Amino acid sequence: MKFIEKNRIMDEANIKRVLTRISHEILERNKGVQNLAIIGIRRRGGPLAERLAENIKEIEGVQVPVGILDITLYRDDLTTLGSQPMVRRTEVPFDITNQAIVLTDDVLYTGRTVRAALDALIDLGRPRCIQLAVLVDRGHRELPIKADYVGKNVPTSKRETITVRLREIDGKDEVVIEEIIDT
Amino acid sequence: MGFKGRKDLLGLQYLTRDEITTILDVAMPMKDIILRDIKKVPTLRGKVMVTLFYEPSTRTRTSFELAGKYLSADTVNLTVSTSSVQKGESLRDTIKTIEVMGTDVVVIRHSMSGVPNYVAQNTSMRVINAGDGIHEHPTQALLDMYSIREKKGTVENLKVAILGDILHSRVARSNIFGLQKFGCEVRVIGPPTLMPPDIEKIGVKKYFNTEEGLEGVDVINVLRIQKERQRRGLFPTLDEYANLYCLTRDRVALAQPDVLVLHPGPMNRGVEISSEVADSQVAVINEQVTNGVAVRMALLYLMMGGARDEIAG
Repeated sequence: MKFIEKNRIMDEANIKRVLTRISHEILERNKGVQNLAIIGIRRRGGPLAERLAENIKEIEGVQVPVGILDITLYRDDLTTLGSQPMVRRTEVPFDITNQAIVLTDDVLYTGRTVRAALDALIDLGRPRCIQLAVLVDRGHRELPIKADYVGKNVPTSKRETITVRLREIDGKDEVVIEEIIDT
Repeated sequence: MGFKGRKDLLGLQYLTRDEITTILDVAMPMKDIILRDIKKVPTLRGKVMVTLFYEPSTRTRTSFELAGKYLSADTVNLTVSTSSVQKGESLRDTIKTIEVMGTDVVVIRHSMSGVPNYVAQNTSMRVINAGDGIHEHPTQALLDMYSIREKKGTVENLKVAILGDILHSRVARSNIFGLQKFGCEVRVIGPPTLMPPDIEKIGVKKYFNTEEGLEGVDVINVLRIQKERQRRGLFPTLDEYANLYCLTRDRVALAQPDVLVLHPGPMNRGVEISSEVADSQVAVINEQVTNGVAVRMALLYLMMGGARDEIAG
């Protein structure tokens, strides 16, 4: 498969503003930082969780616990994937029981990743509640899952893909729409 | 990804360095699962693993069984002493029977070298060698290498001494094959009667004197004196053996100050290793057992956790 870049829908400044807004929304909805923790879904949910926690520290002066969740072992598509995904570590160095957990990911699409993440999270303890924050919601849900905090809603066709690039992993911040072209 | 295209795990001699690294990498998140409250992930739901042991074992078999269970596979243990084997069923027929019941992977231990290789050629199930005669015990060596990497930070270019009955040891052979792929200098230490002739030809250094062999090593892997395999008098008495080859505190002091001591268990305390050393800070014998479950989980995931067409041979 080949991709051509169609449109750059977010740049560094957009992403920063959106994450600042989501940070405020998280604080507003949870009435502060009491029993709040942020857990990112590997890989790009990880840096997003870190950035939200950084923003919250600037706003409230409190560092909330941050973790990373690897959902590979919980995927429902292991037997249909083209190749076997590498399992990496889940790093949640705190007890999530009775915490309000904000789960973060870059793109919300079918909802299957989030479904797997919910299972993975519940195997670690019993959180008081789980909320979902995503940078981009591109639609086409296959499961009854909805995000609590959305950076940008982007209507897409199934032939398109959304690529999120983050400084920590990709060296720059941007979100682009790419289209699959048949070769 | 390192493990594609391999149906079976028969020995470390057949694996590449990349494949071993992949298994050790995947074992890390697996160990985290063992150490948490809910020790179960749904990954191998619907897969079936049968362990078929023609030799006694507690830790290896329990380890495989728990590894399968932690990954949600269904596991069945076949005990040969209470099975149809006692009625004269051939190995081939036993294997076919297990296969047609829908088993995905069979874990086999046998006193005869090469049995897992034979089985692998005669079944569509995946086959994991859990120890065959004096040939290989690959998952033991993998857990030894995992333990080394965890404690030393790397498994590359170390000096590793294997001490004891080298002749009858499948653990020694698998360790030699595995460690050499990572550039380790492997020394084997033991009495001449328990040393395979021409062992130097596979690139190891041979020592009959314990003190000389332990000089400056980073890791000492102590082998169990396998009383069940000592039918002929290969050494006069256990006391005599212990005098010359038991790993004591004085002998440990000859190695590097940060030496790591391994033992595959079960231990004969006072024969191949002194209690003082076995219970000291340099030994990680209990942690090896935990690591054994982790590497077996990694292996089961890598062999069965994906599309069958993709990783089947």
